[in-house]
Amino acid sequence: MTDLNELSQKLASIRQDIETELKEIADSKGIYEYRKTIMDGKAGKIGSLMREMGKIPKDLKAEYGKRVNEIKNWAQDVFDRADEKLKEQEMERRYASEKIDITLPAKKFKKGNLHPNTQVRMQLADIFGSMGFQIYEGTEIETDYYNFTALNTPQDHPARDMQDTFYLGPEFLLRTQTSAGQVHVMENQKPPIKIISPGKVFRSDDDATHSPMFSQMEGLVVDKGITLCDLKGMLDVFVKKIFGEDTKTRLRPSYFPFTEPSVEVDVSCFQCHGKGCRLCKGTGWIEVLGAGVVNKKVLEGCGIDSDIYSGIAFGIGIERIAMLKYGINNIKLLFESDLRVLSQIDD
Amino acid sequence: MLVPLSWLKEYVDINVDVDVLEEKLFSCGFEVEEKHEVGSDISGVVTGLVVSCEEIPGTHLHLCMVDTGANGTLQICCGADNVRAGGRYPVALEGATVYATAKDHKTVEGVMTIRAGKLRGYDSFGMLCSGTELGLTEDLYPGAGYNGLLELPEDTEPGMDVKPLLGLDDWIFDVSITANRPDCQSIFGLAREVSAALGTELKAPALDYTVNGNAVSFAVNVEAPDLCPRFTAHYVSDVVIKESPAWMKRRLALVGCQAISNIVDITNYVLKEMGQPMHAYDFSFLEGSEINVRRAGENEKIVTLDEKEITLNPNNLVICDKYRPVGLAGIMGGLNSEIKDDTKAVMFESAKFMRDNIRKSSRALGQSSDSSARFAKGVDEYTTVAAMKRALHLVGELGCGKVSETHFDVNTGNSIEPSPLSVSIKKVNGVLGIEVPEDEIVKIMDRLGFEPELSGDDLRLKIPAYREDMETYQDVAEEVIRMYGYEHIVPTFIPTAQVTSGGYDLKQKTELKIKNALCAQGAYEGVHYSFFSPSDLDLIRLPEDAEERKAIKLLNPITIDLSLMRTVLAPQMITSIARNQKNGILEGRIFEIGNRFIAKELPLKAYPDERPTLCIGIFGEKEDFFGLKGLCDTVADALDISFEYAVSEKTFLHPFRTADIICGGEKIGYLGQLKYEIARELDMRTDAYIAEMDLRSLEKYFGKERVFIPLPKYPVEKRDFSFVMDKDITCGEVEKTILEACDMITDIELFDIYEGIQLPPNKKSMAFSCVFTPKDEKLTDQMMEGYVNVILKALDEKLGIVLRF
Repeated sequence: MTDLNELSQKLASIRQDIETELKEIADSKGIYEYRKTIMDGKAGKIGSLMREMGKIPKDLKAEYGKRVNEIKNWAQDVFDRADEKLKEQEMERRYASEKIDITLPAKKFKKGNLHPNTQVRMQLADIFGSMGFQIYEGTEIETDYYNFTALNTPQDHPARDMQDTFYLGPEFLLRTQTSAGQVHVMENQKPPIKIISPGKVFRSDDDATHSPMFSQMEGLVVDKGITLCDLKGMLDVFVKKIFGEDTKTRLRPSYFPFTEPSVEVDVSCFQCHGKGCRLCKGTGWIEVLGAGVVNKKVLEGCGIDSDIYSGIAFGIGIERIAMLKYGINNIKLLFESDLRVLSQIDD
Repeated sequence: MLVPLSWLKEYVDINVDVDVLEEKLFSCGFEVEEKHEVGSDISGVVTGLVVSCEEIPGTHLHLCMVDTGANGTLQICCGADNVRAGGRYPVALEGATVYATAKDHKTVEGVMTIRAGKLRGYDSFGMLCSGTELGLTEDLYPGAGYNGLLELPEDTEPGMDVKPLLGLDDWIFDVSITANRPDCQSIFGLAREVSAALGTELKAPALDYTVNGNAVSFAVNVEAPDLCPRFTAHYVSDVVIKESPAWMKRRLALVGCQAISNIVDITNYVLKEMGQPMHAYDFSFLEGSEINVRRAGENEKIVTLDEKEITLNPNNLVICDKYRPVGLAGIMGGLNSEIKDDTKAVMFESAKFMRDNIRKSSRALGQSSDSSARFAKGVDEYTTVAAMKRALHLVGELGCGKVSETHFDVNTGNSIEPSPLSVSIKKVNGVLGIEVPEDEIVKIMDRLGFEPELSGDDLRLKIPAYREDMETYQDVAEEVIRMYGYEHIVPTFIPTAQVTSGGYDLKQKTELKIKNALCAQGAYEGVHYSFFSPSDLDLIRLPEDAEERKAIKLLNPITIDLSLMRTVLAPQMITSIARNQKNGILEGRIFEIGNRFIAKELPLKAYPDERPTLCIGIFGEKEDFFGLKGLCDTVADALDISFEYAVSEKTFLHPFRTADIICGGEKIGYLGQLKYEIARELDMRTDAYIAEMDLRSLEKYFGKERVFIPLPKYPVEKRDFSFVMDKDITCGEVEKTILEACDMITDIELFDIYEGIQLPPNKKSMAFSCVFTPKDEKLTDQMMEGYVNVILKALDEKLGIVLRF
């Protein structure tokens, strides 16, 4: 190389070659390979130009260097742009090739869930727990004394006919009500007492609407100055949380040996909101629990002075709540571990 | 309890409609379970006078012109044999609804609507009706039993609605009476409440009677006063047995009681009216002129009215003459002293028998009646005495005998006079939490017949003897509020109570944590009965002497299948898995936490051990032993403990796929694959795996404190090894040897097992991934080489294991 004309020609030819050859290249990898053949410091068409600096006459060196650098920068730029464009195209092709049928079935990890009874129990326990109730679990096998006698239901009491009891011997039986736990608590704890006692109970009843085993939750408050109004207030809070804020409660007279006065508690039907429907049998009200002011005889039997303390108690059927809440139509379904049933209720 | 409105009205003015009455009863504690109009299906039927009646030749029909008052004179074809000109009958007009009867004209087949039509070519614009077609029986209306038209009285005006005339507009209430109110187990008893609720006057049934018969010599002894605190008897002579009057038959029919004869009907009528069971003995069959009330002898026998021979024991109370039982006290009379058509004299009985004894005898002997049901609820002596007077009044009213002076009243001295009760108004209101005004309280108590007198805070009441439930101020509070109205109770939120802290205890929290952990692994929580079947013990092949067979027995199970308190949870889980498979659910994970019941001794003398136990059952193509083992480890993880597993055996599990679960050296449960024989026996279509864990044994680990382990200062090193070993060496043995050889290893995991042609036939290869965690210094290549050498040496020496190349 002796003059700049020659250089100019050479560089123009290189430039043209590159522009032509580059068009032939279809992918980013090709660009990479091609770029090497051009830019390589030893063998590259442009890369090798600098090596020839030694042969360049002194006075042309500066200009030569400048021109080579120019084309170098130009080539870098051309390659980068071409590469970028091809990468874009490649990505587009990749995306297109990965098109999926989004209606194919989802992949899920199937998690299980708690039994509807447990779910209701937890909800109740959370509500009453937050009101300061402790959770006491009694035993399923009880004595006649704790299940009946201590609850003001002596041997010849007609209320014993209300519940058909499974006996295990002269003294022991399967508790017919979680109220049996009340007495243990009152014997062992001084007021203030605030407990709920959930658990399984048993009655000799087996037909379409009865199961010989079901679950109840007993609630008990014993303190100074507890009244029927407190019962209503407490249950109001509870039913609103379980059945919805607009739920109303209604007390009506009933009878349990261990409470006096005794009431049934109805809630306004949460399906028809009181208009009357199948769920509430047209009455607008649904019976959900029994309750009352603890009979002073029960308190006194546990050594609690009824002149100082009074109490309120209530008993809720867990399955009844579960069935009402979830619309389960047969109590027996809850005891068959039928996965078709269990998998439906995840509250 | 069935209550006809017409009967109730005999004792109390009812100035409200049936819906209001129902509401009033409901709010004072008597739920009306159902109410219906007697003639609810009947409409559009009026009285008619047959003006002319001509035979239609060649048929049994008559063509009648019937005057129906304002509805005009209608042409009606009639096939009844008692139709005649001048007769008065019910006429179903066009559009009327009456009962359709079968060919026998007796069996009701449904409700039909009357339409104008043609019979044998003759137009007919309605139907003349029989009693049956109006839903009536002979007892409900005289003549209604006749298989033909119902004849109406001769003075019947045509065109009137028949319903009031025939009592079809009457209502029957089915009222639920709570166990504390046996005094309301009668029409009159309920009338007392209605009177109080409505504030209208109460009219007591007449109790007066005239003595016009001759006395006899007789004796009554009560040898078992503990079972019979009061026994009254009265002699009636010159008895004429005949039908009861229509009004009495009708009332009995309305409450579902069949009329038999005047004397028997009187006893039933008094039972329904007053709530006191009564009995009448044919006097001529009471031998020895005496009645003895005593416990039966062992194996003594009686034939009751229903002609059943009953074998008795001393738990049963019997009414005897001088020689033999003539009645099963409170339950049923004896056949020997039954009232017959030719009975000439009777001895009436009205007694109080102890409810518990009657209930138990009735159950034990399998004999029951309206009387025994009534006694079991409890009768009061006030009513016992009043009922006898009422029966004697009815004898006079019906003219069916002469009442003598021969009367017996054997009692234990209980008063039937009102007893005083004094309560504090403040305490009454203290129960309620509201201030019911004093004058309201007084008014309510007055209406309920407690004759209140107020002096300051002191409310003095006279409690009638039939109100045995009234004992304390709490009882008074209930009387007040049920009459004052529960809507007055305002919600308060235990303003006086002290603050308490609530919520779950540790055991409850931990159980919930275990449950949630299992749910997160795809398991569903199930609940099974606490009792199971002896066949459940057989299902899992338990030997005769197995501990699990020492189960607590129910004395009165519903069926043998629910007769034992469970000692093991597996059988019900297995059955549930089989049931799911029958329903086409072929895979799933189920767990249950429930109690096992372990008796210290049998029969039970102390509370048994109720051991909370976890049972897990999984089944399906995708499941295997290790899936179940994973669930067991999930429990361990939830408690932050670890389980070990040791080869074991169970009668119902695969002999080579069963393990004990061990925690802290203690066996706490088992897991394994269900035996194929059992799976087949239950028609299972996929394999099942069962685990059981005693949570009581794990309780000591509940609430283990989690302690943060600081992160290592230097990165961990991971090394994979593939070993060759004898086939019978277990993964557990290899892991244990490695861990013992090098304490730098913090995690070890098997990732591959190989057996096959690349190895000698008695060899297998296992590949493990080990994590080395540095302690105080960085792990160098040299150190790692040292550890690896130690491990390899230990494996070689102890188990003959070499690296696979």
